Amino acid sequence: MALVGNPNTGKSTLFNLLTGLNQKIANFPGVTVDKKTGTYKLPTGQEAQLIDLPGAYSLYPKSKDEAMLLEVLADTKNEIYPDVVVFIADATNLKRNLLLFSQVADLKLPTIIALNMMDLAKRGGVHIQIDKLAQKLGVRVVPISARNSDGIDTLKLAISETSSLATQTDTIDFSEFLNPVALQELQTELGVKEPYEAVLLAHQYGQTSFLSTKQKEYIGAWVTAHGFKSQDLQAKETIARYNAINEVLFDTVKTDIQPLGESYSNRIDRVLTHKFWGLGIFMLILFTIFQSIFSWSAYPMSLIEDAFVWLGNTAHQLLPAGQLTNLVVDGVLSGLSGVLVFIPQIAILFAFIAILEDTGYMARVTFMMDRIMRKVGLNGKSVVPLIGGLACAVPSIMSARNIENWKDRIITILVTPLVSCSARLPIYTLLISLVVPDYRILGILNMQGLTLMAMYVISLVSAVLVAWVLKLIIKARERGYFIMELPVYRMPRWKNVGYTMYDKVKAFVFEAGKVIVAISIILWVLASYGPGNRFALIDEQFANPKYTQQFSPQQVANLKASARLENSYAGVLGKSIEPIIKPLGFDWKIGIALITSFAAREVFVGTMATLYSAQGDGSRTESVRDRMAEARNPDTGELVFTLPVAFSLMIFYAYAMQCMSTLAVVYRETKSWKWPLIQLVYMTAMAYVASLLVYQFLK
Amino acid sequence: MEKTAKTLSDLFPGESGIIKEFTDLEMSVKLMEMGCLPGEPVYVERMAPLGDPIAVTISGYQLSLRKQEASTIILV
Repeated sequence: MALVGNPNTGKSTLFNLLTGLNQKIANFPGVTVDKKTGTYKLPTGQEAQLIDLPGAYSLYPKSKDEAMLLEVLADTKNEIYPDVVVFIADATNLKRNLLLFSQVADLKLPTIIALNMMDLAKRGGVHIQIDKLAQKLGVRVVPISARNSDGIDTLKLAISETSSLATQTDTIDFSEFLNPVALQELQTELGVKEPYEAVLLAHQYGQTSFLSTKQKEYIGAWVTAHGFKSQDLQAKETIARYNAINEVLFDTVKTDIQPLGESYSNRIDRVLTHKFWGLGIFMLILFTIFQSIFSWSAYPMSLIEDAFVWLGNTAHQLLPAGQLTNLVVDGVLSGLSGVLVFIPQIAILFAFIAILEDTGYMARVTFMMDRIMRKVGLNGKSVVPLIGGLACAVPSIMSARNIENWKDRIITILVTPLVSCSARLPIYTLLISLVVPDYRILGILNMQGLTLMAMYVISLVSAVLVAWVLKLIIKARERGYFIMELPVYRMPRWKNVGYTMYDKVKAFVFEAGKVIVAISIILWVLASYGPGNRFALIDEQFANPKYTQQFSPQQVANLKASARLENSYAGVLGKSIEPIIKPLGFDWKIGIALITSFAAREVFVGTMATLYSAQGDGSRTESVRDRMAEARNPDTGELVFTLPVAFSLMIFYAYAMQCMSTLAVVYRETKSWKWPLIQLVYMTAMAYVASLLVYQFLK
Repeated sequence: MEKTAKTLSDLFPGESGIIKEFTDLEMSVKLMEMGCLPGEPVYVERMAPLGDPIAVTISGYQLSLRKQEASTIILV
């Protein structure tokens, strides 16, 4: 069974209502389009499989999402080819909804119409004669209100009673604009039963995945031979369909002059999209979202981290000491912790986004921001990922899925990690406190605060500039439209909000999580093993009474950890990249930190703590800072962390793609390693050049 | 197409017109799918805070489109 309909018709509400939690989200093969499937019990006790197809306005797709309709409905060999189509239509806007219905009907699959929003239609003064409509269309029409769960049982019953025969009446006569003999030829050659299916394939054979190369060649030749003008014919077909729909609706639907639903929505819009207040309110909403991700997630995040620390310690005590235990605890567990720690931020951001989408406000955001964002190659909807990026790029990149246009979406994904996220904060605060004096200008402006703010401004400006450059480089796959429905404002459906949160968290944990855990293990190996017998020598050295008598066991352990890291593969790598990073003002110790913090930026602080054998761990920033402030170059005796070095390092972290979770999520969202790689390369290059300039200029 | 013809982008908020034809075939397909058909009355509701895009009411619902897109719709 397939659920088909226009966007904003309550399709996902109906889907959630029918399937509850028995749903799965995957991608359609080869594309990043969500494929939502679920199961539910029919009144007969049978289990029905339901697929929620992306909302579309017609079978001529304007985006990848919409293209899935044809892929599923026209490919009879497809394993998800439906037995029944449930077409959900918005009763308040039947005319436009019936365009898609009339196209789907011509594929001659058994179809029923779920006429949704009956309550709104009644209040809006739309009177529909259901029986007459059903008779004219030749299919069952079940009035429902998915929001109030009205009519769902009747719908379920109707679905189970649907025969395997398509009963719908014919819609339009194709011979008006196509040579019937030629069309018959095409049908026979392709082996398709329905004339309209052949028409659709002739229009879209270029992008249809299920046709063989030979079939595509045949259609190509056929199209040329018969002077098949795709757009011209689409226009003619659409007009013919609307004429037929008007014929159907003319004596079945009556609308009172002043529809009620419009005016209240308009009144809200007068405020929310107001010239001045509109933008102000939007900024306020963004600020609230940003604050909430930042502050609400702090507590659960530290709870998750603490739980993993406890788990790690317990495991160390219970399991026999050895490398296997270390691998499990320091490699796998810390990788898992790195995955799960994002859950609060993802859940919170998507709760907000679901509310904004559900109420209809997101469409207004796009409407208001389109002009500015378009100039720099972004989309009105890019605002949300960019601002969300201030907290964390991971959920923000996932939220870019809301952007329909492929090019806008890719650019948004590529620049979002430039926005200064919360993981950079500990690095900035550490380095700023190290080199920027804590004094006030004019009594109120704190120098340290100003520096931090400057880092945020730099990040946002850079994101916009890079987007503008990418706009010129990346080629568009589809023509950019902004013809978009502004749905009527509605109260959010909390269940839908809950499902969205659940879905997004699940998708992240299971898909990006795999990559993150894998990279964590690799980094653990790099930091815990060294070439040759270096580690054995270190153990020997610190077992010497010279050390054990002079220092406390804790100090010896710290010194040993520092020496081990220095001689590990990560340390060797850090030393080997020293010539490359020297022009940036970095020494090999910073090089090690750059390598270990590839997993996540905040690891920088912890690595510094280990390298400088600070007391305790990385969570005690003051101790790390003091050690770093004293650090001197052993050859020259100069201080390591001077102002140019600290600023160069901050700029490096501002631009470098030091976050494997982001890379993993970009891979998941773009379904290829190409984009995460491009991102890694361009960001690292930018970081290098910017740091080089900063260091050489300040030196 | 004649340049002097009145298009949807010439209307101000609060004004209305009736769609006559389109100047861009590809755009017209998309517009017609969304209910912008010749003969259909269209009413400009408002402009975005920066003057573009615009929001119009057409066949019983609200649609937003860029001015450049609106300029391909010729009014009666």
